Amino acid sequence: MDEVAWFAGVATCIKILLIPSYRSTDFEVHRHWLALTHSLPLSNWYSDRTSPWTLDYPPLFAFFEYFLSLPASLIDPTIVNLTQGLNYSADSVVLFQRFSVILSDFMLVFAIYRLTKDLPSSLRGLVCIAILWSPSLFIVDHVHFQYNGFLLGILMLSLSFLREGRDFIGGLFFAVLLCFKHLFAVAAPVYFVYLLRHYCWGKYWIWRFLMLGLMLVSVLSVAFGPFIYYGQMKQVIQQLFPFDRGLCHAYWAPNFWTLYIIADKGIGFILRRLGLNVPAPTASFTGGLVGASPPFAILPKVTPLATFLLVLLSLSPCLVKAWKQPKPDHIIRWVSYAYTCGFLFGWHVHEKASMHFVIPLGFVAVSSLEDAAHYNLLSVVSCYSQFPLLFETKEYPVKVVLLLLHSFLMWSSFSLQFGKYASGKKANDAKSEQGCGERIRLIGKMGRIYLLGLLVIEVWGQFLHTYLLGDKLPFVPLMLVSVYCSFGMVYSWGFQLKMILRCT
Amino acid sequence: METTQTKTMEGKGKEERNPTKKSDRVVVWLLHRKFTLLSILLFAFFLRILVSLHPYSGARRPPMFGDYEAQRHWMEITINIPPREWYKNTTFNHLAYWGLDYPPLTAYQSYFHGIFLRALDPNSVALSSSRGYETPLSKLLMRWTVLSSDALVFFPAALYFVIVYYAGRKDDEVAWQLAMILLLPGVILIDHGHFQYNCISLGLTIGAVAAIISENDVLASVLYCLALNHKQMSAYYAPAFFGHLLGKCIRRKNPLLETMKLGFVVFGTFIIVWWPYLSSVEAILEVLRRLAPFERGIYEDYVANFWCSTSFVIKWKRLFSMQTLRLLSFGATLASILPSTVHQISVPSRQGFLYAMLNSSFSFYLFSFQVHEKSVLLPLVAMSLLALEEPLLFHWFSCYAMLSMYPLLCRDGLVVPYGALLLLSNLLYFTPQVFGGHRRRERVSFGFRKVLMALCLLSFLVIHVIYLSVTPPKRYPFIFEAFIMVLCFSQFVVIAAYTNMKQWMLQSSCFPKEKMH
Repeated sequence: MDEVAWFAGVATCIKILLIPSYRSTDFEVHRHWLALTHSLPLSNWYSDRTSPWTLDYPPLFAFFEYFLSLPASLIDPTIVNLTQGLNYSADSVVLFQRFSVILSDFMLVFAIYRLTKDLPSSLRGLVCIAILWSPSLFIVDHVHFQYNGFLLGILMLSLSFLREGRDFIGGLFFAVLLCFKHLFAVAAPVYFVYLLRHYCWGKYWIWRFLMLGLMLVSVLSVAFGPFIYYGQMKQVIQQLFPFDRGLCHAYWAPNFWTLYIIADKGIGFILRRLGLNVPAPTASFTGGLVGASPPFAILPKVTPLATFLLVLLSLSPCLVKAWKQPKPDHIIRWVSYAYTCGFLFGWHVHEKASMHFVIPLGFVAVSSLEDAAHYNLLSVVSCYSQFPLLFETKEYPVKVVLLLLHSFLMWSSFSLQFGKYASGKKANDAKSEQGCGERIRLIGKMGRIYLLGLLVIEVWGQFLHTYLLGDKLPFVPLMLVSVYCSFGMVYSWGFQLKMILRCT
Repeated sequence: METTQTKTMEGKGKEERNPTKKSDRVVVWLLHRKFTLLSILLFAFFLRILVSLHPYSGARRPPMFGDYEAQRHWMEITINIPPREWYKNTTFNHLAYWGLDYPPLTAYQSYFHGIFLRALDPNSVALSSSRGYETPLSKLLMRWTVLSSDALVFFPAALYFVIVYYAGRKDDEVAWQLAMILLLPGVILIDHGHFQYNCISLGLTIGAVAAIISENDVLASVLYCLALNHKQMSAYYAPAFFGHLLGKCIRRKNPLLETMKLGFVVFGTFIIVWWPYLSSVEAILEVLRRLAPFERGIYEDYVANFWCSTSFVIKWKRLFSMQTLRLLSFGATLASILPSTVHQISVPSRQGFLYAMLNSSFSFYLFSFQVHEKSVLLPLVAMSLLALEEPLLFHWFSCYAMLSMYPLLCRDGLVVPYGALLLLSNLLYFTPQVFGGHRRRERVSFGFRKVLMALCLLSFLVIHVIYLSVTPPKRYPFIFEAFIMVLCFSQFVVIAAYTNMKQWMLQSSCFPKEKMH
């Protein structure tokens, strides 16, 4: 407990220091939701149009915002004023909202504490460095502004219960999580298969199956019940699943579709050069209201249904494995794999969604040397792909030094820890070691070359591009980042699949 | 000055004084610990970047603004006006609006930073028209001048010191010691929050200390003179340097030659730095007048030193004239630094030198003329050099030193980073075992002592909250500042008395006298 508290304390200090940094529109979105839930009755929550930032999270999150709005109204009533609080940016609201994220992060701290209770002290420290000090969390939650730490905390809590074999509570927390943010439903197939096979097998299977069903129905009814009563379900579903947005977000998340688009453009370019008559695509892939049909020149069109099927297809090996051998030890790998598939093949994925699988993998990373090496690479790539979220000059040194510091710390401590394993010493000797123990080569040659490439891309994007090309091709730096990171993500997906198929 | 005898006075193990071997050993030592030390350096730099995001002194407060505007103004003056006129009252240089009141090295440093700013944002340092210039870009550039100075001067100096003084210790203790020096909340907040360049003069001083520890007295003298020429406040350490160096020179084969050598080096450094002003006595006096503004009172605002704290009982300003007060403060300072200086002259030692620095800066802080709250940084840095030897004392002093600067930081809008850094420094003081926690942390058993500590902590926190939230009564609008000041003063007096005693006890311990050919 000591160590987890210490790591959480240091992380909290950094988060407090980040309070005056850049805030994205998400800050105003959440402030508006505070006002919305505080000032309006339940029946108007999903139908109010005072601000363009309508509620697009499920009702439990709206209740959470309501719960936060109670102290907010005491501290400064303007925060929760529906009309006068629009774009309010006084010190009071900044401090209140930032501290609400910092305090809700303790859900993640508690989950990590539960997860690492049985680990030796050195491994616990590694998990804390990987998760509690994750640079993505700082960048996305505490600068850009979101509540991912809180939500990922609920996920990790659910996983911690599953690992202990307490399937019902694990399932309960997952159902609750779904009603906080529906995006987490990508792992629902894994949960379903695992719970069916692990919890509902044996003598009492009908009884347990009914229990699970009842639990799910009750959670859903607590969340959605009031809105079913008001007959607003259609409105709610529409706001939760805005499928009229494009295949990709305005900034392409580093997933499979980025490579698909680049391949399409590349093939089209080559074919045009060869003289074939190929129509050049006019509309954008990212336009919000363009409709569900991105203009591909050569390769087949992609629909939301196609992405859904592809996600399920890529998930199937994992589901088969979970069905055959439902062991609690592997559940975190499977769930992370599910989110990886969702990230790679999903519709309108944000780069922030990579946190959904990077954070749980932080726990898996301490299992073996290969996992540690993979995690090192993945966390750097995932954090780097989130750099474009902070585009102001004053945050540039913050994000660069944070990533450098974290990756250095992680690499150093992992290689030292696994170096000890390799040289046959027990992990608990860490305390008596003088620190000049052997370090093992963590990242291989390919990994190092890849990371060097990241550096090259950063130098190009930040400095050389404007110097050499001026204002021409302004989208190239960001595109380079997306495409390059996609390779890393595809590698991670392949590695995770391999580890899942391999583990017994 | 080749010497080959061994020293055992610190009891940290023998050190062969063969220079070539020593540098090899240093390199090997560094390579072993490079990961931890690099992490600490990077983390310390990261914290400074984070604090730079917060407000600076005098932000958006015309007409005078604050220290930030003063530094920017000096950049403006130094790049647009010839050096000879920097300290003169001319049409473009109104001394009433933040005239230069630091020695020439600060001016040269402002010149170089001004060139940097002019290259990237010329309007920020344009003559006369840039007064009160505050834009996001210029703030970023100004912050980067401090960040770069810190990284180039303070960090290497701290690393050099830790390497030479604590080389024989265990890895985690050395790392902890470096962290304690680099993560001093006071220094970070004043330099990167309030906005000043203490990192340069403090870095040069620490470099001088490290040079003395590694027996390089000439380099030490040069570095310390540079520190003096950057901020005259560094003179708080002068008695310690003087006492220790004189003590060492006396024990050499040729005391007169050695003293003259050092004197020559000091003199030479001053000549080089003051070169533009050596044309006449008047020019020198012009600068000196700006450096020592004796027409100001014995104390200003509320600072936790002797004159201010006892002013409730003895109304110094009312009872005595300015001249008498100057003499009194001079006398008191001299009396209080005499014991530690005499000790160093008679028994110079490395550990004693560090204590002497601490004691002399304490004496100046408590008894000198026109002391500012920021001057507590000087004893604070000296104490941090001894953190591994006196961890409890260091912790206690650094908490109260921060409290003494709390009102100033509140005025600057730096309460949030103050709280974060105070919490962080406490957490890092108690690093857990997984990082090789600090071995000296005593397990305090339950009972009276723990209750006392808990009460101290609670009252410490309560004072902070009360100062922020409660409005003082109209009749005594500064009652909270006064209370904080008296409280801090009481702690400082106890600590100073203890450290003075400790330094004298070093003589009567079993450390043999330094034997030098």
